[in-house]
Amino acid sequence: MSYIRAENLMKIYGQGEAAVTALRDVSFGLESGDFISIMGESGSGKSTMLSIMGALNTPSSGKFLVEDIDVYALKQEQRADFRREFVGFIFQSFNLIPYLTVVENVMLPLTTLNIKSSKKRVLALDALGRVGLSNKADRLPSQISGGEQERVAIARAIVNQPPMLLADEPTGNLDSKTGAEIMDLLRQLNEQGMTVIMVTHNIECARYARRLLRMADGMMHEEDPVNLMAQAECLAGQVSVALKSAGGVA
Amino acid sequence: MTLKDIAFKNLRRRKAKAGFILAGILIGVATMVTLISLIQAMTHDINHKLEKYGANILIVPKTESLSLTYGGLAVGGVSFEMQEIQEKDLAKIKTIKNAANVAATGPMVLGVIEVAGHRVLLAGIDFQAAKILKPWWKVQGSNPGDNGILLGTDAARVLNLKMGSPVKVNNRALTVSGILESTGSQDDQLVFTRLEVAQAIFGKQGRISMAEVAALCNACPIDDMVQQISGVLPGAKVMAIQQVVKSRMETLQHFLKFSYAVSIIVLLVGGLMVLVSMMGSVRERTGEIGIWRAIGFRRSHVIRIVLLEAGTISAIAGIFGYLIGLGATKIAVKFLSQGDVLVPFDPQLAAGAFALAVLIGIVSSIYPAMLAARLDPNEALRSI
Repeated sequence: MSYIRAENLMKIYGQGEAAVTALRDVSFGLESGDFISIMGESGSGKSTMLSIMGALNTPSSGKFLVEDIDVYALKQEQRADFRREFVGFIFQSFNLIPYLTVVENVMLPLTTLNIKSSKKRVLALDALGRVGLSNKADRLPSQISGGEQERVAIARAIVNQPPMLLADEPTGNLDSKTGAEIMDLLRQLNEQGMTVIMVTHNIECARYARRLLRMADGMMHEEDPVNLMAQAECLAGQVSVALKSAGGVA
Repeated sequence: MTLKDIAFKNLRRRKAKAGFILAGILIGVATMVTLISLIQAMTHDINHKLEKYGANILIVPKTESLSLTYGGLAVGGVSFEMQEIQEKDLAKIKTIKNAANVAATGPMVLGVIEVAGHRVLLAGIDFQAAKILKPWWKVQGSNPGDNGILLGTDAARVLNLKMGSPVKVNNRALTVSGILESTGSQDDQLVFTRLEVAQAIFGKQGRISMAEVAALCNACPIDDMVQQISGVLPGAKVMAIQQVVKSRMETLQHFLKFSYAVSIIVLLVGGLMVLVSMMGSVRERTGEIGIWRAIGFRRSHVIRIVLLEAGTISAIAGIFGYLIGLGATKIAVKFLSQGDVLVPFDPQLAAGAFALAVLIGIVSSIYPAMLAARLDPNEALRSI
């Protein structure tokens, strides 16, 4: 049995004529320690899929199971506990709390746990150390760069050692160099045993994953990530030709 | 890092919003404290004035009376079985439940004497108690000693006596030690002497004709005190001089009701301000609440954060509202009352104001807190 299982997931937004089907009978299985990339056009249903996997969005039908726990059979408050124990979220726009310092933001998932504040701080500083930001622990989010904010978001996602890391366009707001650094960080975390599931438009980012799930019109199918290499090279070639014809520098 | 830290840090960040909520409750609490403190101060002031007003309870011997009529025509009545009051029994008044409200007890013995061919009424009184019971008395000369008398204005004129004049009463030589300035009451026609002197003159040692009591009974009905005194003095008839006290207390009661009504309205407005502000705050923080929920905060955690914020502001508003209310009362009494009226720190009112402020803050924030807790985390995150 797979560690994470989706069984015939359907998600329909709205009712009647206004109904939009975001997921159509999606089923898949993921193993613990996988690095998955979910790709697809805008509106293909990948964000819906990610939110369902994050126990944030109840599917219209079907089941989503982690460690044989039927996530949507859990009550609201139990689902909140599930998110705290099983899921680490990395958002595209970082979603840091602006009035909390870097270390306080990282401590947020530990806030409701019954452990000493000093211990929480040690755990948060440890997580910040793993993303290379120990020296900026007492700054506010507005006092650090976008790349650093993304690292803080990653530290916050891993501070309570969840088995699953869900990343929604983690490099979407970053330049390519910083984006590559973030992806290296995610790969390291995956190598340390964490299951990483990432939604992205970026082929370069998707190449870091070991498995690729592609979504189109609410349906999902698996592709070989090797194909992405060819797609990336092809895309790079097209860009180069386009720039040359425009008189630019390739 | 606790939920409390999140609440406090958010309050520090949103000072203007926090200040608005604080102002809403603070104005309500300050108004309530001002009005109630003002009533307390005025009550104290009225008590003080009542004390100046003098006796308001009379104790007279109990008599059985029989009215006589014939053919529908009243032809008089007879009193019989009159029970005299023993002076020592007055000490029992100190044992009643509301003894603390008794400012003074003035025993009096009355009898008719003949001076210079005129029959006048001699009253033996306790001059110490008279200072409280008859504070309007102004004496030319001095209060009588062991062999002295004090004359009412009319009595001095009719008897043609001056200060220092010798007077012989029942073979006892007395001297006029003072003359009472006109009071406009029956006191002007009386001759006063010390209680024990009058008792000796009339042969009524240890007995009195009546007693006056100055009772300050705002917190309890004067009727209660009358009943309590009747209980300890079963042989006496106890009567309240109620009109003045009643009318003043009624005025106070009306003002008290008015104050409560005003306080409730102002506090309701304060509560509404909290409700509207907290609703706005929750809407502004939709994304933030989405983040909390996404990383595993339960609904109850979100509710606790919102209520902690409201409770903290309300507690501060309660403390400062009380202090401002107390200050406002001190200023107001200077305009509303003559003389020094004390406005002391009242721990009960302070605790009540604090508790009410926190209660209003929290009750008004329950709906916004529920609203925050019910936010769909997925929808909330989309709002960012």
